[in-house]
Amino acid sequence: MSSAAISLLDLDADNFKCLEAEDYQTRVGKWCAGCGDFGALNAVKRLLAKEQLRPEKMVFVSGIGCSSRFPHYINAYGFHGIHGRALPIATGLKLARPELDVFVVMGDGDCLSIGAGHWIHATRYNPNMTVLMLDNNIYGLTKNQTSPTTPAGYASNTSPRGAVLPPLDPLQATLGVSNASFVAQTADWVPKHLYATLQAAYHHNGFSFIRILQRCPKYTPDLFEDQVKNPDLTEQLVHADGVDAPGLDQLFKARREHDPKNLDEARTLAHRSDMLRLGLFFHDASLPVYDEIRAVNPVSAEEKVARLNQEFDRYAV
Amino acid sequence: MTNKKNVTVTDIPEHTLEIVTDAGEGAQKCAQIFSQTCAKMGNGVWTVEIIPAEIEPPQRHVTSASGNIIRFGADKVTNWGDQSKLAVAFNDQVLLSRHRLDSLRDDCIILFESVWEHHEDEEFRKEFAAAMEEMSSKNYRFIKVPIEEETLKVVDNAQLGKNMFALGLLAEIYQRDLSIIERQIAHIFRHKSAMVTEANIELVQHGVAWAQENLDFQFKISSVPTEESRVVMNGNQACALGAIAAGMEICAMYPITPATSVSHELCDIMENYGGMVHQAEDEIAAAGAALGASYGGKVALTVTSGPGMALKTEIMALAVMVEIPLVVLDVQRGGPSTGLPTKVEQSDLLAALYAQPGDAPHVVIAPRSIEECFHSMITARRIAETFRCLVIVLTDANLATGVQQFTRPEFDTRWQGDPAESSPVPEGVRPYEWDPETGMSTRIIPGTDGGQHTVTGLAHDEESRVSYDPESNERGQRMRSRKLAVFQSTLMPPPVYGDQEGDLLVVGWGSTHGAIEEAVDRARAEGNKVSSCQLTFLSPLEPGLKEIFSHFKRVMTIEINYSDTVGDPYITEETRRYGQLCWILRAHTLVDIDCWTSCPGQPLRPKDIYNSMIKNIEKGNSNE
Repeated sequence: MSSAAISLLDLDADNFKCLEAEDYQTRVGKWCAGCGDFGALNAVKRLLAKEQLRPEKMVFVSGIGCSSRFPHYINAYGFHGIHGRALPIATGLKLARPELDVFVVMGDGDCLSIGAGHWIHATRYNPNMTVLMLDNNIYGLTKNQTSPTTPAGYASNTSPRGAVLPPLDPLQATLGVSNASFVAQTADWVPKHLYATLQAAYHHNGFSFIRILQRCPKYTPDLFEDQVKNPDLTEQLVHADGVDAPGLDQLFKARREHDPKNLDEARTLAHRSDMLRLGLFFHDASLPVYDEIRAVNPVSAEEKVARLNQEFDRYAV
Repeated sequence: MTNKKNVTVTDIPEHTLEIVTDAGEGAQKCAQIFSQTCAKMGNGVWTVEIIPAEIEPPQRHVTSASGNIIRFGADKVTNWGDQSKLAVAFNDQVLLSRHRLDSLRDDCIILFESVWEHHEDEEFRKEFAAAMEEMSSKNYRFIKVPIEEETLKVVDNAQLGKNMFALGLLAEIYQRDLSIIERQIAHIFRHKSAMVTEANIELVQHGVAWAQENLDFQFKISSVPTEESRVVMNGNQACALGAIAAGMEICAMYPITPATSVSHELCDIMENYGGMVHQAEDEIAAAGAALGASYGGKVALTVTSGPGMALKTEIMALAVMVEIPLVVLDVQRGGPSTGLPTKVEQSDLLAALYAQPGDAPHVVIAPRSIEECFHSMITARRIAETFRCLVIVLTDANLATGVQQFTRPEFDTRWQGDPAESSPVPEGVRPYEWDPETGMSTRIIPGTDGGQHTVTGLAHDEESRVSYDPESNERGQRMRSRKLAVFQSTLMPPPVYGDQEGDLLVVGWGSTHGAIEEAVDRARAEGNKVSSCQLTFLSPLEPGLKEIFSHFKRVMTIEINYSDTVGDPYITEETRRYGQLCWILRAHTLVDIDCWTSCPGQPLRPKDIYNSMIKNIEKGNSNE
């Protein structure tokens, strides 16, 4: 999605001001110290500066949860709505204003639980937007309840003796939806990969779904501890058409060549395993994009009246 | 008509007839052509659909009746009237269902398919005999018509032709202009082969000929020719076309009866007007997408019925909180829960007013006629944008499927509003720059240079920053509420129908308008001091109600919803639950307002309203 990227040719040279990453921040995020949301915010700011996006031509839509405070901290238009409903609002917005760059920020509870129906269907609509699903495996804002991605056995206030169900796998589920066009996984503690993934997502014309594994220092501090400490537990998906995150080959020794066009392999790789996999699982830029296939040519007020008069002839007595 | 012998022609001002068949036998098409013809001949018309909830209900069954009631007359017709005076029935079971619903007048003329009486299937013969026995309590005049047999003389498949034969019968009985009927048929079947049109016309002619041969009566209903240009349509079509005339650009919806046909109409034509229908994955998503589109500066609508509106409430409250215009059309049906999907009720009023979480002031309007359905969409848009607010339009299944003619609107490009403001936002302007007196503020659309801010469903200040402090929260509440008072100051007191003072004032809202006024006419003709007042604005209420009420000894609401009857087990003045408008008016005016409500799953009849008025007057007199 790059419709609002600045074309230098369009700019009046006098008014042009190169925006730095910090120009995209309105205020400091009010998350807990050590929260992975800061990493996502920094990566997004870097992306916006890199692409030189005009603040007024972008909209960040979110739901409810810790990560959904995101829009308040970005110098852009923002819609901090209600729990689970970011995607319908973003879809309506995109239908109305396809020229605006739309980013959606949701947590695992927001997207995968209360908003699950919208997640499945938005994936199928495939509107052109970048979707950040910040997954800390827990409900944070409401203070420590089991989420759909909480690992089985992990204790919370609603599962004091441990979560009783196996967790939902957002990647597998998204890859199971027809018309899914961009599915990637990254992690807040690998900023280079996070940034590169965001950039690839932004440039994809369609619904770019990024699951960002996110540390919650308050309620799930131990969940990603092993992976953070030991890069050998992470496998990076690499491919010429994948996410180009240079400089990680020293860090992640486990590297797997995966062609993001290969949906069957993507589904297999999305299966949980001992290895955490980061990278672009699937990408198909040829699928129908909802805001494009539903685009309608504008009609003037006068023309509408003329056509209405014809329409009313059908009902005339 | 000169070639006919011994035909009694009765001159009458109006008549109500119905055609009832099994589903799929084309009663709707027959009625549609008949009522269109009446309208084109200059008669006033109102039609009501009789619809089973199932697509393919069992044949020959009392739950399966499908058809239409048509009331037409020399003057304007504003409601479906009382019982039918003539019926065409394709079998005994569907007729029996109409009998059981008390839809047929005691002296109703019934043109009755004769095939069942001596059918080879013994079961059918038995059912027929039992039905006739049950209906013998009334003085119906049965006229046996070999509908199927006669239809088969023209076409091979009676199932697909009986309706047109029946149309011929009706055309002859009511002296309809055959050339208009033939043109209607040609129009309806314009996408099919010419043979289809010809066969249907031949069937109509055959029905006419049969009637000429066999029937000894006709009704003459004159019409008043008018120069005025008129259109005829149902309320859902009127809402859909009104939405387009209002310049609405996005309709987000999820299928629900009886609202869906609004979207069918829009799906068909909205793209020709630069707009589109988004069929969302659920009711919440439909409301969310409409809100998102409106946030983006388009004029958006979501269409639903009661159960769907229940799901949309959180988004509706969000619209109120972020002050983004949103129009919600609720075509009310019977409830609670799934209730009566195809049938009318006025039970969503309190939900429309109060079901949203927190205090969420917004506008609720209820068109009173099919013509007002059209104009309500233009009004709704204007209010929503002017006051940056949520507007709920409450119609119902009676308006949705009822067909009436009205003055053809002269479209005004101004109805489509102005394009959203997009010039740069001056420095210092805030997204909620509330005028402390009116609560009004200027809307800033995404894409506007210098206007970046994040709207939020959380409590916020003028800059749209989340703020939980008491002062900010109370200011926000006050400002959102103030807008309603400002809007109310632009409204006029509702007109009183009848004298401005008297014994009883009847107050209704929405679709009951025509039936209530007809009942008032009847009661007044007998010397009763009754007047009525039909509300269109339910939130805020139109001004001056207490003053209007003060000129009447008693005030009573008439509504199609539930209320308790004092005297029933456990029901006292203290425990009684009132009709929904009645609750509101009692709270609003502190007047001891009574109510008469009924929820039979069909529109109220003038005679029942009349009876309730007389009962109220008698009760009042005995208390004096």
